Amino acid sequence: MSNPMSEFNFKLSQEIELLRLVTVGSVDDGKSTLIGRLLVDTKGAFEDQLLAVSRKKGISSAAEIDLAMLTDGLAAEREQGITIDVAYRYFATPKRKFIMADCPGHEQYTRNMVTGASTANAAIILIDARNGIMPQTKRHTHILGLLGTPHLIVAINKMDLVGFDRKVFDSIKAELADFCARQGIHDLIVIPMSALNGDMVSVRGDSMGWYTGPTLLEVLESLSVLDKVDEKAFRFPVQLVNRPQTKELPDYRGFMGRISSGTVKVGDEIKALPSGKTSRVKEIVTFDGNLDEAFAPMSVSLTLTDEIDISRGSMLVHAGDSIEETREIAANVCWIGSEPLEPRKKYLVKQTTNTVKALVSEIVFRTDIHTLEHGASDQLGMNEIGQVKLKLQSPIFHDRYADNRGTGAFVLIDTFTNNTVGAGMIV
Amino acid sequence: MSNHKLTQLKALEAESIQIMREVVAEFRKPVMLYSVGKDSSVLLHLARKAFYPAPLPFPLLHVDTGYKFHEMYEFRDWMAKEIGAELIVRRNEDAIAKGMNPKEFGVARCCGALKTKGLLDALEEGGYDAAFGGARRDEERSRAKERVFSIRDEFGQWDPKNQRPELWDIYNGRIHEGESVRVFPLSNWTEMDIWLYIREENIPIVPLYFAKERMMVKRGTMLIPADDVRHLSEGETPEPVLCRFRTLGCIPCTGAVYSDAANMDEIVVEAAAATRSERETRIIDHGANSMEDKKKEGYF
Repeated sequence: MSNPMSEFNFKLSQEIELLRLVTVGSVDDGKSTLIGRLLVDTKGAFEDQLLAVSRKKGISSAAEIDLAMLTDGLAAEREQGITIDVAYRYFATPKRKFIMADCPGHEQYTRNMVTGASTANAAIILIDARNGIMPQTKRHTHILGLLGTPHLIVAINKMDLVGFDRKVFDSIKAELADFCARQGIHDLIVIPMSALNGDMVSVRGDSMGWYTGPTLLEVLESLSVLDKVDEKAFRFPVQLVNRPQTKELPDYRGFMGRISSGTVKVGDEIKALPSGKTSRVKEIVTFDGNLDEAFAPMSVSLTLTDEIDISRGSMLVHAGDSIEETREIAANVCWIGSEPLEPRKKYLVKQTTNTVKALVSEIVFRTDIHTLEHGASDQLGMNEIGQVKLKLQSPIFHDRYADNRGTGAFVLIDTFTNNTVGAGMIV
Repeated sequence: MSNHKLTQLKALEAESIQIMREVVAEFRKPVMLYSVGKDSSVLLHLARKAFYPAPLPFPLLHVDTGYKFHEMYEFRDWMAKEIGAELIVRRNEDAIAKGMNPKEFGVARCCGALKTKGLLDALEEGGYDAAFGGARRDEERSRAKERVFSIRDEFGQWDPKNQRPELWDIYNGRIHEGESVRVFPLSNWTEMDIWLYIREENIPIVPLYFAKERMMVKRGTMLIPADDVRHLSEGETPEPVLCRFRTLGCIPCTGAVYSDAANMDEIVVEAAAATRSERETRIIDHGANSMEDKKKEGYF
């Protein structure tokens, strides 16, 4: 064989974890170059893909590849030279696999940025050292704060164009830390960088000896992945009830779902909502055999010792636990619909596996993304952020988004167009 | 502190299963596109996991062009029987009767008639409102942009400039009468993940993926199977080559790669060392925006 088996470590490949990343920033801040650098350094792009977009024959550095051509997958994007929608890129190191959502910088496409950011464990916010903090930096940082993205990494890029000046780095870092602190974000990892030269991406380079922190790749490989979602209260939104009613399984009744948070064990006393009836977990069923214990974010089926009323939209929790049950919610909303959100308008709310009708009862405030001030408003326009109150046709079971992403998040759906028009986070 | 860790393959598996269950819960009549390739094999395996211990709650649909390898037809029929799945096979008989082929009519026209039209007709005939496909985002740059739930109009067409935002793991599957949705549960899997998962889960795949001496012709840098002499050009002489297929499509348009990887371990090692993408061997992708254009017309 041309490749000896020893070159590939199967054991290692089976143990690596998944980290979901999002990259955001303004237009022309060097995001494509950074992504290209990461792909080239981690072999996340193939030769034929790189050659197809290279400016020269052969590839010796990220600079020689037109990286936007690699990630801008739509004809309209290449034609206009802008990124319209999120591109997902995949790369891996011996420690981790990364799914990277590369988001558009234009304000017009903020809805696509929210799409990319909603599932991320970590965000890389790109800033051009020459320009400092831009309006889009603020908008994106604010949205990431609302989404509760667990780790925010700020890459102050193009340090080569400001003479690798530490003062420039320190001043942007201080300004951003202040902007973030005002909205309750305190854990920022700030890295000076030259994505073009590769400094502080996967190697340190020798231009910024004054920076003693980790490189970007070191950070990405060491961030915690699950963020202890398995240690939170057990939440199991039921997707489907499985009743095969076959000869072999005449009485099987399994509740299928993905554990949204927490851990469940065989024998646990659980409560089904909305009925409030309790029972015990009889089996945790999977194709690979029954389990004694399962945790978020696993997809399993549960069977119970008693026949109680459970259907799609029901939520299973531990019997002693409490969860909010309400027909009125207050939520932070990123509005992504083209028609504005207005009081008295009706939408659908989809939260976990529940879809209910909702009426906007009040716009509590609209946030000015530059000053973070809350002002009164009679509508939320496209790409605006605010807090609203909604009246629901039937109750939902939820936690505060800040406590539990899975049960605190919802989308708003326009009943006429069927489009997703808002991202909601219950407060 | 708990010691709960999900490996990346198990995390991908959990995500794919959740997606499949959402579709079955929210759609009237789903169907799973089954192309017999390695991605389809993983997709089918995940579906069995998702609905275990019940049988699959949807049929498998194979849009056949008549140009597949005989190993694929044999494997398809064996697999459906093995797991007791309902298998529907549809072909664009009109075009096949007229002798549609890539050599005379061109790849784009042939694919349009046999694959895209074949698929759209089969979906319409079956009245399916949701169709699962095994496409992955790492395959091709326009696929990298597509949502997990890809809404298609009544002509099955994709509007890439106006995709529905897709937030968290909440999928909005609401569609108007006549519209349908293509669902890609393997969106976040890479080729490497597919091979590792097939190896870890012992998933059966078509033997063409394993290296063997096969009769091939060398066309430029491509290795084209000589299974059907009608697809060969003048002067092309078949010769035995030790090779395997990284992806499978129609005989005239699928190239093989030189390889001696004859088992799953060796395939994984080869995939890890690969420096060229798997789509390089698929003639269908070699055009300016070919995949995006085809998707806009209703292709998967």
